[in-house]
Amino acid sequence: MQVTRFPERAAGPADRLAGFMAHLRMNGIPAGLGETETALAALCAIDPGNMAEVRLALKAICAGDADQEERFNDLFDAYWRNRGARRDSVATTSSAHQMQARGAGNYRMASGASDEAGEADTPDDESAGETGRPGTGRLVASRIRTTEKTDLRKLMTPEDLERAERVAERIARSIHDRRSRRRKAALHGEALDMRKILRKSVQRGGEPIELFRKARPDRPVHIVALLDVSGSMTVHARVFLAFLKGLVSADSRTDAYLFHTQLVRISDALRDGDTMRAVNRLSIMAQGFGGGTKIGANLKLFNAQYAAQSVNGRSVVIILSDGYDTDPPEMIAEALARLKRRGARIVWLNPLKGWEGYEPVARGMAAALPYLDHFAAANTLNDLAALEPWLNGI
Amino acid sequence: MSWQKLQADLSDTGYVASDDLAMALFLAVTLGKPLLLEGPAGVGKTQIAKTLAELQATKLIRLQCYEGLDASHAIYEWNYQRQLLSIRASAEEHKPSGEVEDHIFSEKFLLQRPLLEAIRQEKPAVLLIDEIDRADEEFEAYLLEILSDFQITIPEIGTIVATSRPHVILTANGARDLSDALRRRCLYNYVDYPDRGTEMAILAKRCPALEDRLAEQIVGFVQALRKEELEKKPGIAEMLDWAAALAGLGVNDLADDPEQTQATLVCLLKTERDRAAVPKEVQQRLVGKAA
Repeated sequence: MQVTRFPERAAGPADRLAGFMAHLRMNGIPAGLGETETALAALCAIDPGNMAEVRLALKAICAGDADQEERFNDLFDAYWRNRGARRDSVATTSSAHQMQARGAGNYRMASGASDEAGEADTPDDESAGETGRPGTGRLVASRIRTTEKTDLRKLMTPEDLERAERVAERIARSIHDRRSRRRKAALHGEALDMRKILRKSVQRGGEPIELFRKARPDRPVHIVALLDVSGSMTVHARVFLAFLKGLVSADSRTDAYLFHTQLVRISDALRDGDTMRAVNRLSIMAQGFGGGTKIGANLKLFNAQYAAQSVNGRSVVIILSDGYDTDPPEMIAEALARLKRRGARIVWLNPLKGWEGYEPVARGMAAALPYLDHFAAANTLNDLAALEPWLNGI
Repeated sequence: MSWQKLQADLSDTGYVASDDLAMALFLAVTLGKPLLLEGPAGVGKTQIAKTLAELQATKLIRLQCYEGLDASHAIYEWNYQRQLLSIRASAEEHKPSGEVEDHIFSEKFLLQRPLLEAIRQEKPAVLLIDEIDRADEEFEAYLLEILSDFQITIPEIGTIVATSRPHVILTANGARDLSDALRRRCLYNYVDYPDRGTEMAILAKRCPALEDRLAEQIVGFVQALRKEELEKKPGIAEMLDWAAALAGLGVNDLADDPEQTQATLVCLLKTERDRAAVPKEVQQRLVGKAA
């Protein structure tokens, strides 16, 4: 590293901190110039020679949520302590953190930064094109007209996935639009708009002749989606994932989860800008586990871990599953009952229901029925779109 | 002042803060940045703001967020009753309406709500914005603007610039995801349930009269209870209530009288279901573990 001529301006700490922020960015923590500035100011207020103190300070500044806070220590160690990086020039540290970045590839899913490691994802994208292809051959001629009625198992092309996403976005938007609770001027509102009334009454010597009103728009609802990706559902998984992505990206309140034998929260992964990449990643994630379905256990886990935060009286919980469960059916019933007590509305979309002669005989499904507000088919895009009027009606 | 000093001061006032929290709070105060605290209910997020206000001998101004919170509850509102009276009075004096309007939309008729009040204090106040995640996204955006400029624009009067910058503490329970913009603007700390040692320290601070053995049992029991599957896990406040209840009843050992211990669990378990989930057998098992 070249010796700088202006030691007081290009001082070591500033450069190294900037390098650290770049390192954080590469690992999915969006730290930038603002953070560097704050961090420098913070170093003046504490003892910069004490690593433990610096760690605490930088953590408070750079981490933006619990997850980032948890990862921060490792990232901090990787940058400041590996290979004596503290004394390294900026150039060598940057190559060091690239190596680190590669090692921590998992973290980068949510990162929007344009980084080299991001390029390493391209194999994903290519295979996406390929795995997304089966079925295209058969549908080429008539796809445009019939996709909306085609069974979802046959919808595999990128265009189809995109359409599923659009349907979902439309649904999410229609809810989002009715969100605000703030009062607005309205002809027949329940509250008087005093500000307006007074302003108008000045001209009449304080006689409030005209009464203006304001009202609260409808209460908002938000969606929590749980997608079953067990073996029996794999044929539908990709389209449903695209559907979930649509729901999630249209409304920041939407939460999405995958389950098979385990439960994974995927809202953040789905906010990844690139649809195909997100969907493929998640498909891989979904296939990775395999094995039987544990709907009951997963719903229970969802209740315990996430429901307290994400489910309330204005939530609509959408479960996408065929209802084939390896757990005893009482578990589903109990978990749903508990979810119901939170005041949420529960919608179960079952891809099998659209089939002729389907009866909800799977024990899990039968046990769930009493707790459902809406039980619908989900084997064509039309079925999914049909959710919109129902949601608008609640 | 150093952060260790702050941590010690907090401890003297009865608040045991982790290193993470003490540092975050120290930086928030020193750098004048808002501090965002997240974590489950009952871990002392709100309390830290109260303690800070006490330490700084300044005013605590609290804005409790809820869905539908709007400017008239958070920032300012006009005092309509007074305005109405004033208009009537002016009308009798036959003042021109332009003048009347200027008069009734002057500071005299302004009702300050927390945000406006906070930036108009002579001495920097502690502004606690509680449960920000309950407010709408629109409000969050508005808040961002105030937190970056520390000024409020009232159409009828003009822009009011802060006389002092309040120490801002925001708390959230994760009712919804907060925007990245807000997170980036704030320092952050996730406050979790305290570990055994910290909780012992808290209990010792708050109930110094408690015998060591019982204190250990209480903390051990509550820590074990948090690992059970409950709808509402007991927080620190619940733990302290329970300790006070036990002390009041003259209990020396939780294992002495299972019936009585069971009866006191009302302090910790706040729903019917949770009560049913911890019958006497479970309670005794937990007491055994805690000992």
